[in-house]
Amino acid sequence: MIDNSPTRHPMPTRDAKERCRDFDEVTLGYDEETAVAEARRCLSCRNPSCVRGCPVGIDIPGFLKKVSERKFDEAYSIIALSSSLPAVCGRVCPQERQCEGNCVRSRIPILKEGKPCGHMEPVAIGRLERFVADFHRLQGKEEKKRIVPNGIKVAVVGSGPSGLACAGDLAQKGYDVTVFEALHVAGGVLMYGIPEFRLPKKIVEYEIEGLKKLGVKIVTDVVIGQTLSIDELMQEEGFKACFIGTGAGLPRFMGIPGEDSNGVYSANEFLTRINLMKAYLPESETPIFHPRKVAVVGGGNVAMDACRAARRLGADVYCVYRRGREELPARKEEIEHAEEEGVGFRFLTNPIAILSDRGEDRQSNPDFGRVIGIRCQRMCLGKPDSSGRRRPEPVPESEFTLDVDCVIMALGTTPNPLIRSTTPGIETDARGCFVIDERTNETTKPHVYAGGDVVTGAATVILAMGAGKKAAKAIDEYFNNK
Amino acid sequence: MFEIVCKERLNPTVSRMEIKAPRVAVKAKAGQFIILRVDSNGERIPLTIAGTDPEKGTVEIIFQVVGATTARLERKRVGETLADFVGPLGRPTELTGLKNVCVIGGGVGCAIALPIVKALRTQEAHVTAIAGFRDASLVILEQEFRSFSDIFVPMSDDGSWGRKGIVTDALLERIDDGERFDCVFAIGPLAMMKAVSERTRSFGIKTICSMNPIMIDGTGMCGGCRVMVDGKMRFACVDGPDFDGHLIDFDSAMMRNAMYRSWERKKYGEECNLFKETLHD
Repeated sequence: MIDNSPTRHPMPTRDAKERCRDFDEVTLGYDEETAVAEARRCLSCRNPSCVRGCPVGIDIPGFLKKVSERKFDEAYSIIALSSSLPAVCGRVCPQERQCEGNCVRSRIPILKEGKPCGHMEPVAIGRLERFVADFHRLQGKEEKKRIVPNGIKVAVVGSGPSGLACAGDLAQKGYDVTVFEALHVAGGVLMYGIPEFRLPKKIVEYEIEGLKKLGVKIVTDVVIGQTLSIDELMQEEGFKACFIGTGAGLPRFMGIPGEDSNGVYSANEFLTRINLMKAYLPESETPIFHPRKVAVVGGGNVAMDACRAARRLGADVYCVYRRGREELPARKEEIEHAEEEGVGFRFLTNPIAILSDRGEDRQSNPDFGRVIGIRCQRMCLGKPDSSGRRRPEPVPESEFTLDVDCVIMALGTTPNPLIRSTTPGIETDARGCFVIDERTNETTKPHVYAGGDVVTGAATVILAMGAGKKAAKAIDEYFNNK
Repeated sequence: MFEIVCKERLNPTVSRMEIKAPRVAVKAKAGQFIILRVDSNGERIPLTIAGTDPEKGTVEIIFQVVGATTARLERKRVGETLADFVGPLGRPTELTGLKNVCVIGGGVGCAIALPIVKALRTQEAHVTAIAGFRDASLVILEQEFRSFSDIFVPMSDDGSWGRKGIVTDALLERIDDGERFDCVFAIGPLAMMKAVSERTRSFGIKTICSMNPIMIDGTGMCGGCRVMVDGKMRFACVDGPDFDGHLIDFDSAMMRNAMYRSWERKKYGEECNLFKETLHD
C-alpha cells in the first residue's frame, strides 16, 4: 500500500531555544509508526534513481520495502550489505544531493485545483536509514557470524569513517586487523569534528565496540609516520597489507593580517576542543574562550558545526560567507538548524583583516592580542569559475567591520603530510592527495592502500566509508588470488 | 597507560620523570616532543623530550609547574600511570655537519638544550654550552652540562650561581673572543630566544630556536601551534618545533602563549597559588 502524501513526515526536533543551551542531539528520529508511513511513500521504481544517487549504492527501495512491512532487522541487513555506518550516514549524509535529490517523487507535480503548484517532497531516505540503524542498535537481533581467522595481518592507519569501514569488512573475512590512531580515542572526524548535537558520540563508540567484538585491535596514541613508519609496519611488525585513511586534517587559513591574534581558531581546533576534549564541561581541563560574538568564516558543514557549537557556548554568531545563500555547500538541514538557532548569515562578505587589541602594554593588559573585530568587504557574483559556481568579486569601497571577539576559520582542510613525507614510494598529486589505482584503491606502493579524504581531499563521510569498503574488497581479492 | 618509572625533583618547580613508552623511546631524537594527558579529563600538553633509554624503553621528560596540568603531573608518583603519551612528534633538530656550536639554555629550557649538546658531542663537534637561571636555587642539570660540553658558561641573574648576567652577555663575549660558531641553538623563554636571535643576527650566525606553543593534537590537525616565520604561517608540530630565530615573529609567539592565561587564572587561581609565582615568562 502506497502512502501518496506529497510531503514527507516531519522528524521531531528539539525546540531551537532549548537545544542551543546544551550539546544534546537536536533531531529525535522517527518512531516506528512514522517510519512505516514514510517508507510507504516509496514508489518502488523498477529502475530506482535514488540508488544511483547513493555513493555506495545501497538498495534503497529494498530496505524501504522491509521498513514498510515492519521487518526492521531485515531492512538493516540490506543496508549493511553496502554501508558500515548507517547510523552515522543517516545523520550526516547530504541526502538532498544524493539519494533524496534523485527521488522520483520530487519530480511529481502537486496539483492544486488542476494547476501544478510545485513538486512533491522526496521520500525521507536519510531519516529512514537512521531509524533502521537506531532500531538495530537499540533493539535489533544480534547476528552471530562465524569468523574463520586466516591469520593475515592488516594494518589500518586512522580510525575515521574509511578506516572503520575497511577494518570491519576485513575482520569479518577473517583478517587479523589492527587500527592505529594518533589521538587518544578512536573515531577520527566522527569524534573530534562532528559535534555531539549532530552525531551523538555513543553511536560512534557503539560502532567501535562492534569492531572490537569482531576481533579488531585498536591502538591509540600511535602516530604512523612518526612513532612507526609504514615500512616498519610491513617489514618489522608483520603486516601484509596496509590501508591508509588518515583524512585531510591540515586546516587552511586565509593568509590575511591578524590571523595570529588570540581568539582566532581553525574550525578543527575549535571543534576539537569542544567535541574531543569536552572543553564546554566544567570538569574538562582543556581551555576554550567563551566568546561574546563570533564570526565563523566559511559555508560548509564544518562552518555550520562551528556556528552552532559557538551558539551553545553562549555567543552571538555570524556566518561570514563570500558567496550567496544558493552557493552554501552545507547540508540543507544544517543551514536550517543554524538559522533556527539564531546564527546570522552574512552572505557575499569576505574578511580582509582581523583586528586585535595591541595598543596597551602587553604585561598590564590581559587582553593583549585579543580579537576585537573582523574587517570585511562586500562581494558580488561574477562569471562561473572552475568549480562551476559564480566567482565572488569584491565590491569597491564596501569595507566594514563586524564587532566580534572570536573568529573561526572553516575554509577546508588538506591532507596531512606526515605519512607522505616518511613513506618512500608513495606518490601524491599537487594537492598532496595520495595517487591510487581507481579499481583497487592501491597506492603507488605495493600492498599499501588508501581511501577517504587522504585521496579525495575533504569530502563526505559516506565517500570515505565507501572507499574503505572498496579497499577491503581489493585487499581480500589480492590474498585470495595469491 | 604509561607507567612512571622514575621521578626526581630538580628544583622547587621543576621535576624529571622517566615514562615507560618503548615505541617512543626507540624513535625519539633530540629536538622532538611528546604529547601527554595526565588522566581522562586531562588536556593534551606538549613537552620536549629530555632524553631516552631505548633499552629500558623509557622516555625522560623535564617539566616546570606552570599550570593546572603540570601541577597534576607533578603530583603523580612512581608506579602510577599517565593516560596518554604519544610521540615522538615534530622534526628532529638538524645537526648534520655542525663542527663548532653554541647551545644556550634558559631555565627549564636547559632540559631540552642538553640532548642537543649530547648529540653534538657524539658527532665530535666543539660545543660551548651557556646555561642561564634566575638564581642558584633554580639550577638544573649542572653536572650533565659540565661533562658533555667543551666549554660551559653558567650564568645567573643575581650572580648566586656562575657569573652574574644574562646568557647573551656570555654569548657576545665568546664571539668577541673570536669564536666562530657555525650555529647557535637557543632554547628557553621566548624573551631569551628573541634576545639571542637579535644579537646573532648582526654577526650573521645561523640561530635555531625551539618553539613550544599551545597545541592539541601535535600532528598538524588543529593549527593552534601556528608560528609566524618569515611572514608565513608555520605549524610548530609538523614544520618545527625548530625554526630560524632570525625569521620568527617572537612578539606574535609571546602573545599567543599568553592566550589562556586569564582563563587558567579564573578557573584554577584559587586552587593553586603556584601560578601567581610561576606564570610570568
